[in-house]
Amino acid sequence: MRAPRSELPIRLEEACVAAAGVAILDRVSLTIAPGAPTVLMGPNGSGKTTLLRVAMGLTPLTGGRVAWGGLESVNPARRAIVFQRPVMLRRSVAANLRFALGGGVFARARHASRVAELLDLVGLVGLDARPAPALSGGEQQRLALARALARDPAVLFLDEPGASLDPAAAKAVEDVIRAVAARGVKVVMSTHDVGAARRLAGDIVFMNRGRVPEHAPAAEFFAAPATREARLFLAGALLV
Amino acid sequence: MESDATAIQLLLRGDAALFAAVRLSLIVSLSAVAIAALVGVPLGALVALTRFPGRSAAIVALNALMGLPTVVVGLVVFLLLSRSGPLGALGWLFTPAAMIVAQAILVTPIVAALTRQVIEDLWLEYRDELTAMNVGPLRRMATLIRDARYSLVTILLAGYGRAAAEVGAIIIVGGNIDGHTRTMTTAIALETSKGNLPLAIGLGLVLVAIVVAVNALAWFARRAGQRYAG
Repeated sequence: MRAPRSELPIRLEEACVAAAGVAILDRVSLTIAPGAPTVLMGPNGSGKTTLLRVAMGLTPLTGGRVAWGGLESVNPARRAIVFQRPVMLRRSVAANLRFALGGGVFARARHASRVAELLDLVGLVGLDARPAPALSGGEQQRLALARALARDPAVLFLDEPGASLDPAAAKAVEDVIRAVAARGVKVVMSTHDVGAARRLAGDIVFMNRGRVPEHAPAAEFFAAPATREARLFLAGALLV
Repeated sequence: MESDATAIQLLLRGDAALFAAVRLSLIVSLSAVAIAALVGVPLGALVALTRFPGRSAAIVALNALMGLPTVVVGLVVFLLLSRSGPLGALGWLFTPAAMIVAQAILVTPIVAALTRQVIEDLWLEYRDELTAMNVGPLRRMATLIRDARYSLVTILLAGYGRAAAEVGAIIIVGGNIDGHTRTMTTAIALETSKGNLPLAIGLGLVLVAIVVAVNALAWFARRAGQRYAG
């Protein structure tokens, strides 16, 4: 396993995030351990994105604590995130990747070969000179993945990586996630897509109303969800 | 310049005085815009990306300075550069240098205020990505300036428009000396006051043509950049 002790496990204890008096995360305790992808599931507004941002170190807690490998303050250089709607820097595909490599773990002399590796990994070979904002949605998502992987992260957070993509584009993104996880990068992703969760997850964190009612190995969760909320969610009921 | 000839005839004839005025107009205005870019772009980006006490007041002041009256700037620069003024020793009064200083003072707030707005808007878009990529403050500013470059070109063109059309400040600090500090705008003012309207109108058309040409050049450069550099 590539993930160093300084990043994993990510442990949240009684983690709270509130805004304008509304609890977005409500006393969440959770351990994200090395291994197969951890998938956050739950209805809209359940706190999945906020949990990802907290675990990435982007959103500060208003209560409780979060620690990476036992430390509450760790340089986030080896964590990376792909947002649901990634922003393309206004430059070419290759320049987006070179930017992500800047100041990172690779020497400048390695940048060209690293860019080529990343383009190959995400299936964007031949598009390196194209302006990134001109790519299709699926291509942008894959470029965002490559950009996040540029600095060789130990943990990769993905916020709804297949959302709004057609099946072919979603499959391409899933293939990349699978390849990345196989290389030893810890993937933590949120999704509404039960099928994607079944295909990719090692464990499921089920969220509802800012809490985590259930955290279980994926096979166990899908075979026999322990909570009524999870059963309803998997049955396609609207949780309000 | 001959008073009975039109500017077009003078241009076709290669009139030295007219070409000197055109040349000086371009030198003064483009130099002023270059100085304004060097000062105003980083200043606007800095205000956009930093939080400090009185920031709102600074933004209001910057915006207000965009409407700085040209004659007031001319008067202030005149007082600063006059023989008894604090910068009198430079000996810049009634030279192109004084005209550049005056126009730079007029253009810098325009560049800084508009840059602040553009960079702040782009920062809202980029904030999460750059924070997640652990990008430090200096690289962040350089990135935002680079990626806002096409908008910044438009801002600099607005600044150039202000400088090229300006007459109040440069006539005070330059003195409209024939062959030395006479620009297109000061020549137009002079010819109009002399009643030589055909020449004044002709000079005005030449000035408008130059402004259009500079803008067209910038537009084509922007298009080419977007097409080839993303």
